[in-house]
Amino acid sequence: MEDLILDNNTIQEEEYIINMGPQHPSTHGVLRFKVSLQGETVLNVQPHCGYIHRGIEKMCEKLTYQQIIHLTDRMDYLSAHINNEAVCLLVENALQIEVPERVKYIRTILSELTRLASHQLWWCAFGMDLGALTTYFYGLRDREPILDIFEETTGARLLQSFNTPGGLMNDIHPNFIKRVKDYIVYFRKKLPEYDELLTGNVILQERTNDVGFLTLEDAISYGVTGPSGRASGFACDIRKHHPYSAYDKVDFKEILYTKGDTFHRYKARVEEMWESLKIIEQLIDNIPDGDYTAKMKPIIKLPEGEYYQRVEAARGEFGVYILSKGEKYPYRAKFRSPNFSNLSAINKMAAGYKIADLVAISGSLDLVIPDIDR
Amino acid sequence: MNNEHLIEKIRSFDSTINITQGPQYLTLDVAPESLSKTAFMLKNNPDLSFDYLFCLTGNDLPDAYSVVYHLESIKHRHCIVLTAKAASRENPVLDTVSNIWLTADFHEREVYDLIGITFANHPDMRRIFLDEEDWVGYPLRKDYTDNNIVSR
Repeated sequence: MEDLILDNNTIQEEEYIINMGPQHPSTHGVLRFKVSLQGETVLNVQPHCGYIHRGIEKMCEKLTYQQIIHLTDRMDYLSAHINNEAVCLLVENALQIEVPERVKYIRTILSELTRLASHQLWWCAFGMDLGALTTYFYGLRDREPILDIFEETTGARLLQSFNTPGGLMNDIHPNFIKRVKDYIVYFRKKLPEYDELLTGNVILQERTNDVGFLTLEDAISYGVTGPSGRASGFACDIRKHHPYSAYDKVDFKEILYTKGDTFHRYKARVEEMWESLKIIEQLIDNIPDGDYTAKMKPIIKLPEGEYYQRVEAARGEFGVYILSKGEKYPYRAKFRSPNFSNLSAINKMAAGYKIADLVAISGSLDLVIPDIDR
Repeated sequence: MNNEHLIEKIRSFDSTINITQGPQYLTLDVAPESLSKTAFMLKNNPDLSFDYLFCLTGNDLPDAYSVVYHLESIKHRHCIVLTAKAASRENPVLDTVSNIWLTADFHEREVYDLIGITFANHPDMRRIFLDEEDWVGYPLRKDYTDNNIVSR
């Protein structure tokens, strides 16, 4: 018996390395965490990315601006519409094209619907990461009508590429306004179910409260943006601080929490769904008449110079940097993806907690792996 | 703080610094040897307090390899762009800023991986996306060649 206890102690003290991923259900894609453990306590997490690095930035150097839009879909596929918008806004600002008001309104509505669909998928997957399978059905049930609305207007459910430089591919479907309004009424009834089902749940509370702290200073320094950053009190909402499209015309709250633990990252996203509903509600009745696109030349050449455009994607700040030499292809294109910066803080958050908490922490960051690897 | 005040403030620290007004942001060109000093000043001066590095880009320009830093101050809500060119084209090296903005840790590894700029004093200078052991070359360089690239 004495021997056994001794053995036990030596095992406890030894540092032990395991690989979580690249094929692991809770990493939501091909990402590998190299985790150093002592017993069950995480000492150090090193993310290894690049499993689906496709060289999008290199490809962009041989593609026109209209074609680049289709690649931005394939980075953060859950905020595809918002990523498109970033490239379009950049081109429009560089060429100083004034897009019709109608376009701005429709873009904003579609962006918020995208955000809603993305947060719903995060909510159901986060519940499942922590062992609550039912949430998956609730989340997907509510996401389905949004995808139907997208399909009817844009022709695609996930990767829409509906934005073009200067406007939109097409006008909205005649059913669009009615369906969106019906959906708001529907989802306002369903959203409280999310809190009833999961937020107050004892297991969720135990596993997320006081787990994975990120201080405000660290959030800013690591560039952790989006709901994850705002849970630490980092006022980083681009929609609020650098408004684009129709965001300066709507009234909404920037959801800020101060504690910065996993539960507050959870709360920030759920609360954001209410704000998205509010934004859509203010715009849907007031879509102005007009063209769905501004007049554009078929070949777009940006004047020589550096351009940068920031937008608020579902997971945080998405940025596009273009260096143009006056050609129809960019000389250099760089995408600042929110997940890449959010991931870099994972060691700071997870070190010192148990390995099961790592699943909760990475789940609360809402990682989309193609966005990290690009 | 508006741009005139920003220029004035930065000039009071370093009168030789080259400041240009781009279409969007003020751009500071710094010499590679004063990069970490300037970055430290931009972050820690209470009137400037550029505490948020929101983008770090490596470029292969015709004359040199350069790095572009996009900075914002959360307190004052002003933005600035910092650029630095590596002195040598054969062996491009710049000082790290990962001790000033922690997000630069990953972003500098990405620049090292794809452009091949080495960052001196970086705590973990390894490739981040491509294979450390057997990947040859830096794909985002303009002279990069690979048999698998299909030209149209």
